[in-house]
Amino acid sequence: MSIQPDNRFVDVAPWTDDADHLGPERSDMDVSVARLMWRKFRRHKLALISGLFLAFCYLLLPVAGFIAPYTPNQRDAEHLYAPPQSINFWHQGEFIGPYVYETTGEADLVNFRWVYETDVTSPRKLEFFCEGQPYNLFGLIRSDTHLFCAPEGATVFLWGSDRLGRDVFSRILFGAQLSLTVGLIGITVSFVLGIFFGSIAGYFGGKTDWVINRMIEILRSLPELPLWLALSAAVPSNWSPVAVFFVISIILGILDWPGLARAVRSKFLSLREEEYVKAAEMMGAKPSRVIRKHLLPNFMSHLIASATLSIPAMILGETALSFLGLGLRAPAVSWGVMLNDAQNLASIEIYWWTAIPMLPIIVVVLAFNFLGDGLRASLDPYKT
Amino acid sequence: MIFLKYAVWRFFTMLLTLWVVSILVFVIINLPPGDYLSNQIAELRATGQAEGVAKAEFLRHEYALDQPLWKQYMIWAGIAQGPQGYSGLVQGNFGWSFEFDRPVSEIVGSALWMTVLVNLAAVLFVYLIALPLGVLAAAKSETWVDYSAGFLGYLGLATPNFLLALILFYYGHKYFGLPIGGLMAPELEGYPMSWEKVQSVLLHLIVPTFVIGTAGAAAMMQRLRANMLDELGKPYVETAKAKGLAPARLLVKYPLRMAFNPFVADIGNLLPAMVSGSVLVSVVLGLQTIGPYLLTALKSQDQFLAAFILMFVALLTLIGTMISDMLLVLLDPRIRYGARGT
Repeated sequence: MSIQPDNRFVDVAPWTDDADHLGPERSDMDVSVARLMWRKFRRHKLALISGLFLAFCYLLLPVAGFIAPYTPNQRDAEHLYAPPQSINFWHQGEFIGPYVYETTGEADLVNFRWVYETDVTSPRKLEFFCEGQPYNLFGLIRSDTHLFCAPEGATVFLWGSDRLGRDVFSRILFGAQLSLTVGLIGITVSFVLGIFFGSIAGYFGGKTDWVINRMIEILRSLPELPLWLALSAAVPSNWSPVAVFFVISIILGILDWPGLARAVRSKFLSLREEEYVKAAEMMGAKPSRVIRKHLLPNFMSHLIASATLSIPAMILGETALSFLGLGLRAPAVSWGVMLNDAQNLASIEIYWWTAIPMLPIIVVVLAFNFLGDGLRASLDPYKT
Repeated sequence: MIFLKYAVWRFFTMLLTLWVVSILVFVIINLPPGDYLSNQIAELRATGQAEGVAKAEFLRHEYALDQPLWKQYMIWAGIAQGPQGYSGLVQGNFGWSFEFDRPVSEIVGSALWMTVLVNLAAVLFVYLIALPLGVLAAAKSETWVDYSAGFLGYLGLATPNFLLALILFYYGHKYFGLPIGGLMAPELEGYPMSWEKVQSVLLHLIVPTFVIGTAGAAAMMQRLRANMLDELGKPYVETAKAKGLAPARLLVKYPLRMAFNPFVADIGNLLPAMVSGSVLVSVVLGLQTIGPYLLTALKSQDQFLAAFILMFVALLTLIGTMISDMLLVLLDPRIRYGARGT
């Protein structure tokens, strides 16, 4: 600091560009909201990782058949309840690439369980891009090339095999196709219903509002699971697995919308008094246009965040229903269907690998929760 | 006096809701084509057992299953005259279970109390766990206490109930000698209440309570933490700190009271989830609550049994919500006036 001849105070320290880099700058706040949100979201490392992980999972779905060494209902009668096998690279100090050992099962008639012996003398190299059972790539293209498969005479049960000798690893990959999409379809149904009822209740108010509000209250006060049970018990048992799958996901969505509708309604109640809504109405915009073009875009991001947080509930719901035998049924494969097989103590004590499908469930649900929390936290980019 | 007025008003809205719920339940139960008896008749016809058909036809008429649906509902609810006169839910006649061939009230009688007991225990558990953990997590926010509580909470939310039940059961038995399955020792079943029986029930309640309560406790804890954090940032907390109030006393005396309201109000969200959870967990663990009955009834289209259980489950949550609303009014006088306006 120095005093100039005309008594002005002047800072003599050299001026730097990043002098005030902590405070928000005009140029920093001048970019689009989406970019600001992204900047803020990026700082939530956990949410970012979860998002990437989920994206990876969903990208894997169409090519699940390619990655899985077996098809979901392919049975190996010689290897019932086979324990997980590991893939090794070095055999007796020598590198020979990925290989597995051959296992042979024997029934232990004293303890009534399967015992497997591993033949560690002869390593069997895994085959890559080999032919196996046919599956549908992207749900359309018929193919029988697998990323890797078991060498002749040996098996490759990375996570063991189940009661019928089916590969748990492959079934988890195929099961993901249904288990992960149930949440998406369900949330779409819930989204459409929730936005529709919520917006007409909030926008029109009065009697419509009263009726819809009571409807929401009643639906919210009912326990979900018994209702899910009752509704899915109504699905005829002779329907195809795909039809059952769609109906189940729609059922999950039908009971989920009240929460969303309430959020939409309360937001609309305050937003409809804003000037820009009045302006749009005076210019002759119809209610549907005001709702779609002027009101909804305002808090779409909030809705998406809350939707992200509702998906896990649906995934868990599907699992619970299938577990109880009222959801998806074999031959369809989902994580819940797989756990249905593992619902006795024997499978936890002796054949613990049949309960492995719970891991992807927990991981995916956690990821959705973290992602949703991160999204919600980064929605208001102007708040520090 | 105002409170009494509010209580009465709240009670009537509950009755009204229950009425709508009864319609909903009845429709849902009747969604699958056919009913238990017509399925039975078809089966008897197919196997050529004519004398059975006559009995089933008689029952069909006796329980008005040959009437149109709206009339069936009225008879079931007891607001219209059926074959036995006015005899429905309103009169305390819950119908007949075809699957078990006994009146519904006889089948679910003791199970109802057990359901209430299990859910009550779970609610208590949720509050006992969530309250200290939530407050602690907020007070020590962004320390390892907060992070580990948060992590446990997330894990509790993400683990499917029924799996947790199986795993806890297994390890609880292996390491702590906790009993497996059921709500009391099998030799005590059917005996009148005694100290021994109470002990046995309490011991058997540990795992189910834990399983049912975990998800609820996790959600509750997170919300309480968020509420507390909001309150902790307010000027009055700073004032209290500046005046030298001891940290623990400060926490309990001011912000906790403010954060407590949503905590009580939340029971409306909590209860349906808990009852859902208890149904599922009961099926897995073989508890003598109404859960397993509901599943059997739904699978075999035993409509009166299923409908009654659904009604009961709904009633349980509605009563819980009503009690929490009233507690809220007692706790916070401001809310009373807000609620009356709507």
